[in-house]
Amino acid sequence: MYLLIVALPLVGTLATGLGGRWIGRKGANVFSTSCVIICCFLSLVAFFEVGLCGVPCYLSISPWISSGALKISWGFLFDSLTTTMLVVITFISSLVHLYSIQYMEYDPHCPRFMSFLEIFTFFMIILVTADNFVQMFLGWEGVGLASYLLINFWYTRLCANQAAIKALIVNRVGDFGLSLGIFSIFYLFGSVDYELVFSSASMYTDYTIHFLGLTIHYLTLIGFFLLIGAIGKSAQLGLHTWLPDAMEGPTPVSALIHAATMVTAGVFLIVRCSPLINLSPNILFLITIIGSSTAFFASLVGLFQNDIKRVIAYSTCSQLGYMTFVCGLSYYNVGMFHLVNHAFFKALLFLSAGSVIHALSNEQDMRRMGSLLNNLPITYAAMLIGSLSLAGFPFLTGFYSKDLIIELTQISYYSNLQISYGIFACWLANIAVFFTSFYTFRLIFLTFIKNSNSYRKHIENIHESPLLILIPLILLGFFSIFVGFLTKDLFVGVGTHFWSAAINVLPMSYNLLEVEFMSYSIKWLPFMLSTLGAFLAYTINIGIFKKNTKFAYTYIFRKLSFLLSKKVYWDKLYNSLIISPLMNFGYIISFKNIDRGFIELLGPYGISRVIKNWSIKIIKIQTGQITHYTFFIVTGLCFLLLLAPAWVFLELFLDIRLLTFCFLALFVV
Amino acid sequence: MITQLYCENYTFFLFFLGVLGIFLNQKSIIIVIMSLEIMFLSVSFNFIYFSIYLDNIIGQLFALAILTVAASESSIGLAILVVYYRIRNTITIELMSLTKG
Repeated sequence: MYLLIVALPLVGTLATGLGGRWIGRKGANVFSTSCVIICCFLSLVAFFEVGLCGVPCYLSISPWISSGALKISWGFLFDSLTTTMLVVITFISSLVHLYSIQYMEYDPHCPRFMSFLEIFTFFMIILVTADNFVQMFLGWEGVGLASYLLINFWYTRLCANQAAIKALIVNRVGDFGLSLGIFSIFYLFGSVDYELVFSSASMYTDYTIHFLGLTIHYLTLIGFFLLIGAIGKSAQLGLHTWLPDAMEGPTPVSALIHAATMVTAGVFLIVRCSPLINLSPNILFLITIIGSSTAFFASLVGLFQNDIKRVIAYSTCSQLGYMTFVCGLSYYNVGMFHLVNHAFFKALLFLSAGSVIHALSNEQDMRRMGSLLNNLPITYAAMLIGSLSLAGFPFLTGFYSKDLIIELTQISYYSNLQISYGIFACWLANIAVFFTSFYTFRLIFLTFIKNSNSYRKHIENIHESPLLILIPLILLGFFSIFVGFLTKDLFVGVGTHFWSAAINVLPMSYNLLEVEFMSYSIKWLPFMLSTLGAFLAYTINIGIFKKNTKFAYTYIFRKLSFLLSKKVYWDKLYNSLIISPLMNFGYIISFKNIDRGFIELLGPYGISRVIKNWSIKIIKIQTGQITHYTFFIVTGLCFLLLLAPAWVFLELFLDIRLLTFCFLALFVV
Repeated sequence: MITQLYCENYTFFLFFLGVLGIFLNQKSIIIVIMSLEIMFLSVSFNFIYFSIYLDNIIGQLFALAILTVAASESSIGLAILVVYYRIRNTITIELMSLTKG
């Protein structure tokens, strides 16, 4: 059964990808969807067995690579962490499959799309079920590849091509970090198996290496490399630029990749490597700083985005920041909890955005929407649930994890806890809550409630989406309401045994109990902030400030909103500071100067030119004049006679046999 | 009387004169052949001188051989010269540059 979870998506992708021509559109839809739905049920069973009954399953299949000390085998590890991820992945994936049957109805390449979705699911499952780093890396790279294929699904569009290449390359920066991390893990532990690495990690806490005169704490180095991998895949600040651009793919793809699964792989990596990362406080510090900066920055940039998918993409980025920094505070279980919850409501948001886009004849700009409340009631309800959940409305899914995360940062105000960087995270997270609530409600107001701005033609054609689109929305809506409450005690409850050995939480910084006894004024703060954000969005968009354009046209506000809608010029900076110098370096220096210049000059081109020049010069010696020939004969004789006394010395350096051989060779050739 | 030691110098001087004749002469090919004859003569003179000096007959035999070789060589050379002249109507050395590299 456990192997079937891994194998079914592979079967599905191969059948629909290679046999799509024969089984046709309907066949591909039904086959791939049923494959992944069965996989979903199986992983629910696995979740029951492993997570609830507490029976981890470890399958060692066959040796893969065996070279000296390096022994890697195919193995599948199903512990509570894996099965949690499995449930999320397969559930979201099966709903996305179901959704895209209808959504991609008029697309001519439906089997290919299904195959790509399925191969993505497959690689994601490989990623989470792997029992060693290399197999995990296989899934990691495969997910990147699948994201390339999916973003580039409409490959005739230039934007899609560029976005896909960007996604792949920016991810590859992180992948490089991860591969360095795997190398350094192998260097230290001599193995890449999770069980060996994690069980023996605590023996190397004082291990240092010396490199270029620096003394480096080795576990910090490993953690740093793993963190780079997580930054790339989870779109943390610095390598986040690919995520919003990746919205060029079809909407179900955004829901699958950029909401629920692929971007969570980075967080999954951090959580999986918790026994390693816990041992280097500097890396925990770094993770916290980067995660909270991401949460803040992405929510800030999301404020004035006008593309409905981009807003959600930035909120994804922001929520990933939350997950990451709570891992940095060493509450990996809370990070996983938020990951699970976030997957449900973010998939819901994306799919409802897709429903809106579908209804409006592929209009994505929020400024051209409005007053869809009457036309798309179910989509509105779904979107509202998702938004409230995202904004952390009490008793919805998002509340249980997000508020807990913020409370965990708030507790670092107690000075005797020695986690001062938590205060940084606390500030940024609280501000991010305000921003999050602002942009989600801005999205709701602009899309559903404000007066319509769309074309008459679009409004005439508007219709609530068909059943196959609504079913996933409704299901995800239910889950977005209830999952947080249902799994709260399981994932982060007091003394829960769920994570058993899968997650290593630092005992000394484990303050989940203290969080429960914080003062109410602090506990209410996030809720207040999000209410304030929603209220502000209301007043600006449909409330009293709606008509007040004076404020909107002030110089500072205009510049600020322009800056924010341009993503704070981050891409521009990257382009002009890193990418274009690199491209120029590649063309001018490494291609034109070194490859076609220097090496060619030393190599074929230069040598042939030198030989040609010299041969022309030597040819010119033969003038045809007898006098010149006699001159050469006589001077040659004189030269040889002069050289004759020097032969005694030359003999030492020249082998006469070799010279004879060369001389003979001249005639032979 | 020419002493024995001076003989060596004379033969060398003659040979050098022949070389210079080939060298410095830019006009007539006949002069080249004459210079060649001078060189042959100097060499055979040298052989004869050394055969007397070392009291060895081989040198004189060589001188005889050289005389015959020189005679046949000059006849062949003159024949080539005549053929050349028939074709090109000139025997000026400066204009003999058909075999330019």
